[in-house]
Amino acid sequence: MAEIHVMREELRPPVVPRRHLISITDLERRDIERLLGTARNFARSLEREVKKLPTLRGRTIINIFFESSTRTASSFELAGKRLSADVMTIRAVGSSVDKGESLKDTARTLAAYAPDVIVIRHPQIGAPQLVADATQAHIVNAGDGKHQHPTQALLDLYTMQEEFGRLEGLHVAIVGDILHSRVARSLVQALNIVGAHAIAIGPPALVPRGFDRLGCEVSHDIAAVAPADVVYVLRMQSERIAPGENFVPTLREYSARWGVTPERLNKRQKVMHPGPINRGVEIDARVADSSASLIETQVRSGLVVRMAVLYDLLTQGPVALTRTVDMNEVA
Amino acid sequence: MTLHAAAGKKDDLVIRGARVVDPREGIDGELDVVISNGVISALEPTGSGEATRRDVDASGLLLAPAFVDPHVHLRTPGREDEETIASGTAAAAAGGYCQILAMPNTDPVVDSAAVLGALIEYAEQEAVIPVGFMAAISKGLSGEELTEMGALADAGAAAFTDDGKPVVSAGLARRALQYATLTGKRIALHCEDPTLSHYGQMHEGVVSAELGLGPYPSVAESVEVGRDLALAAYESSPIHLMHLSARESVELLRKARLDGIEASAEVTPHHLCLTDEAVRSLDSNLKMNPPLRSEDDRKALIEALREGTISCVATDHAPHARQEKDVPFEAAPFGVIGLETAFAALYSELVEPGVIPLEILLERMSAGPARVFGLPVPKIAIGEPANIVLIDLAANWRVEESRFRSLSQNSWLLGVTLTGEVVMTLADGRVAHRSERVPA
Repeated sequence: MAEIHVMREELRPPVVPRRHLISITDLERRDIERLLGTARNFARSLEREVKKLPTLRGRTIINIFFESSTRTASSFELAGKRLSADVMTIRAVGSSVDKGESLKDTARTLAAYAPDVIVIRHPQIGAPQLVADATQAHIVNAGDGKHQHPTQALLDLYTMQEEFGRLEGLHVAIVGDILHSRVARSLVQALNIVGAHAIAIGPPALVPRGFDRLGCEVSHDIAAVAPADVVYVLRMQSERIAPGENFVPTLREYSARWGVTPERLNKRQKVMHPGPINRGVEIDARVADSSASLIETQVRSGLVVRMAVLYDLLTQGPVALTRTVDMNEVA
Repeated sequence: MTLHAAAGKKDDLVIRGARVVDPREGIDGELDVVISNGVISALEPTGSGEATRRDVDASGLLLAPAFVDPHVHLRTPGREDEETIASGTAAAAAGGYCQILAMPNTDPVVDSAAVLGALIEYAEQEAVIPVGFMAAISKGLSGEELTEMGALADAGAAAFTDDGKPVVSAGLARRALQYATLTGKRIALHCEDPTLSHYGQMHEGVVSAELGLGPYPSVAESVEVGRDLALAAYESSPIHLMHLSARESVELLRKARLDGIEASAEVTPHHLCLTDEAVRSLDSNLKMNPPLRSEDDRKALIEALREGTISCVATDHAPHARQEKDVPFEAAPFGVIGLETAFAALYSELVEPGVIPLEILLERMSAGPARVFGLPVPKIAIGEPANIVLIDLAANWRVEESRFRSLSQNSWLLGVTLTGEVVMTLADGRVAHRSERVPA
């Protein structure tokens, strides 16, 4: 009855220092490699008929989303459940937050349930840090404003590694609205950490000044996707052409100059997108539906990568890792 | 009368053995300073006078003209939970200040003689040190209609500003400068083109690119500095540029001054000590307007202060309630407090490392701003009112919330150990602050 043993206090992994995943730069290369390895093990376990692992039984995970989200919220919830944790997902739109409760008070309220992990998405930069300071939980940033979305970057790396068998030296072109994209920021930093090559391509007003100093090339010409192994397309939002914004004149002009079409790709290139996609704006429907698209793979990767992140934060270390993902032991 | 404080008895005391430094009077030496009925009545070689019951032993301490802050937010009326005239002036006294000027962006705005008159009455009841009040340039700070600048000047306005907001319309800025030639009161400008700062949260640069915080470029300040200098030249009306942050602004100002334009400027301790790198911590006490800029900008500000292009240190003391700063960086209001830490921060960061001489810092914190706004210049000279600060330059102290006299604690220096502690402040002949080290 190994399942029961896992619950017994002496068999629980030792208490580890409280760690968070707030920025992708919280990780070193070996951390990323360990996480991707763990994710691969989980992917194998999910091929089994019974997909649930007892690993985090008795642990409490609270997901709190202050912004709408389909794929991130659902994959975090399923990730926690696959690992047998008690998972509570709060959509903070319509909760007491709307009644003017401060984030700090919301965090303290949640802390009363003594969660092991709080996964937070918030429209404001710095929100995860504030929750980290106000609670005793491990914090996972599921997106804070335009700042960071580290689990997205990890699942993107995982997807690339599964596709190409390597990350080192891989060439990734990130196309679109870099300025407003937490995904772009986290991904460029993640690519740097693992030794891949990044180029940011977009309209001048949508590539932040100084972005080249983050360790990537910058171009405003869509033709610069040519040497890339992966063309990573970002969502282009209609807010960017609102009166007083004028980041680009119109979406039509954006599509004409920077839209990712079959004509602008070569046969060996793969296409990724963090979703949700705007067909016909930043990505041509023929590209989104082609075999070059890894968009659905990204969604699948999200589940195992988030399982790996939750697992890693609560256990840490290769010893615990071998013990818990050894299928014979947990069976 | 520009400055107002609660009435009270002037003090009599003898401060013995301090190193007395007054850069403008050319004094630097050990002297006993005799104060009779609030006026400096004698400067004597140390040890020459007989000990009296009103002696203060100041051996080993620095005695200098007390400080003048041309840019303070007192939050009265409207947000007395954040700061009052009483708490703000007490904080100023604890920081070594003998005179301060308060900004008009209160609720209601100081845009009528009635509001100004009420503030002056408050100050005459509760101000620990003399305080002056700037009035708004535009009604309600709306940037649309001029206030009754004549009536406000007659009622005692120290100067005019829409601080907190820029005067977006060049036409209105011009009208204010034209009118100011009648009142003789200076126009002080917060330079920001809102179409360029555009919801900006921090300096546009590598750090904003990395953090994703809304970028607020230097050029948002400097284009308006250029515009306002051109208007000042055209109208031959003096201007004061508030809280400069960017190299480009400093260079425009330097050139304008060489061209004979009467333009003064101020810089804050935080812009002199910090850069946008500090914002990586996402600490909301590092969020201010204008934002912390690059190391190159900081160097330009220090050089301008040293050479006198910028003649004033101003704290831009901006108290905010705890619950307003205890939120994610993006949701926090702009502004930090500074009255109680300004000297120590600048002494620790700039004087001790040898970046600027002590005498220059003392001058820019006292006579510099006093002269710009036509306030009494604090002097260590016989016959002058005692406006004196006594400082222990050897003392190290830790900035802690519990130490502040200010009602707000939103300091960028919390937890930091600084060198240089204000031990005693005399403002207009009265002891306004005395640390526990000086027995009453």
